[in-house]
Amino acid sequence: MTLKDKTAIVGVGSTQYWKRGQSVPETELSMACTAILAALDDAGLTAKELDGFAIYSSSCDPATVGSVLGVDEIRFAATLTSGGGGSAGSLGLAAAAIVSGQAEVVVSLMTLQQAKRRLGGTQVGDAPPASGGGGSPYGAGGIPPGMAFMAHSGLMSPGHSFSLLTQRHMHLYGTKREHLAKIAISQRANAIKRPTSIRKEPLTMDEYFNSRIISDPLCLLDYTMESDGAIAVITVSAERAKDLKQKPVYIMGSANGGMGRWGSAIFSYFQMPDEYFASSGHRPVAKRMYEMAGVGPKDVDVALLYDHFSPMVLMQLEDYGFCPIGEGGRFIDDGNIYYEGGSIPVNTHGGHLSEAYIIGMTHVREAVEQLRGTAVGNQVKDAEIALVTGGPAGLPVSGTLLRR
Amino acid sequence: MNNFTRGVTPVAQKDPYADDVTQPFWDATQKGKLMSTKCTKCATHVLPPQPRCFNCQNDKFEWVELPGTGTIYSFTVVRHPLRPGWDAVVPFAAGIIELDGTQGAGARVQANIINCDVEKIRIGDKVKVAWEKVSDTYTVFRFEPA
Repeated sequence: MTLKDKTAIVGVGSTQYWKRGQSVPETELSMACTAILAALDDAGLTAKELDGFAIYSSSCDPATVGSVLGVDEIRFAATLTSGGGGSAGSLGLAAAAIVSGQAEVVVSLMTLQQAKRRLGGTQVGDAPPASGGGGSPYGAGGIPPGMAFMAHSGLMSPGHSFSLLTQRHMHLYGTKREHLAKIAISQRANAIKRPTSIRKEPLTMDEYFNSRIISDPLCLLDYTMESDGAIAVITVSAERAKDLKQKPVYIMGSANGGMGRWGSAIFSYFQMPDEYFASSGHRPVAKRMYEMAGVGPKDVDVALLYDHFSPMVLMQLEDYGFCPIGEGGRFIDDGNIYYEGGSIPVNTHGGHLSEAYIIGMTHVREAVEQLRGTAVGNQVKDAEIALVTGGPAGLPVSGTLLRR
Repeated sequence: MNNFTRGVTPVAQKDPYADDVTQPFWDATQKGKLMSTKCTKCATHVLPPQPRCFNCQNDKFEWVELPGTGTIYSFTVVRHPLRPGWDAVVPFAAGIIELDGTQGAGARVQANIINCDVEKIRIGDKVKVAWEKVSDTYTVFRFEPA
């Protein structure tokens, strides 16, 4: 038994997207409620019928949301572990809950407000941690014994981590900054056509190369922006989906996880075996996802690839089989990722780099809208199959194939 | 904390907060020795120490001394200061070092790379350990060109 085609996404809802901190006086809870109610309404369902939460990256507390919204009965509340790597996989978790008969109307969501809490700064907080506790190695208090081995390395942010993977990829395969620039420029061109996008100014190669380097080889424009907002999607059984308001978007295949020794990989580990150090960590997930769906990369019409850092788009193009390992740069040079004339349009919504960063859920929303034929600005003609991914990050990372 | 040196990452804490497992490593650093745990069954090096050998799942390790040399496996040059005062520290180089005497993956260390031209260092460059005594209990390791 697999999950293939047994469930469908039937509702999508969101708040607007804000620059970091600008959603105040909204809260993560208020935004979550807004997105969930909008998604239910989109599907023609109500809060009374909601009975499951399939989440990731601690996006919300189902106990709180359930009580605030007056949900009759929560029958399933589960999360994928770790962080943004679970965004696409939370759809598979929703499907698993439904196919196994545990719940009927399941929400997956992210709500994010980076007013006080900044994700990119998690390892460099200014507040000294309590003695002996976790937290920043640069605080005045104690650190966990294992952390002492890297506390003084100077590597302290996600950007530093992804710089290390990128540098190695460049060393092995001749990948160049020009390739990363083309990803950023392509996604900006897509974002410009959408009212939801936070970054709408055109981006040129000159501007890319004039932007400041944060940590070699990544410059400011290779980084995601920081933003606020919430997005929720509702998944139900394929059978139930037939009677609802929207054209169903079926979950063809979904996988989460990764090689055990990818582990926490970035941030503090870096002990991944040589053959997949310079990768997105997605290869085994891609294989299982395609096997479940019974299709391959050539069947995918649009790819929504998690892009907290531009080089991770390049490495996912390789790991999801759109091009051979090490060929990502050349694949991009050949124009394959562009909305106009590309063989596999990538991040038609502008992605984390240019539209907004809601930890992977903008990608899920765009995948659904592409398959409904309602994508704003960059509808891929007759799109039938969309790939959406979560991570690269510590495990699990995830990928999901959706079809109309 | 205010005596920042360009290229050298400041050390905030004065103690490694070691436990029984990691204490031997820090004791050895006081004598200028770089040590690693080595699986007693399959000889795989595991550093930082872990409860089990990832290769054979054994839970017995011995501490062995390494030559203190290695190779830059990957690196970055940090140019944007993420901490107050670190504008006096950037740019600095930091990277992943594969240690001679180990199998590489599983015993890599993350370290500041000092006494180098940050515009010229490359993956594959040979490096050797450089010690800085911070306190009577804590000596940190950095690496410099060999």
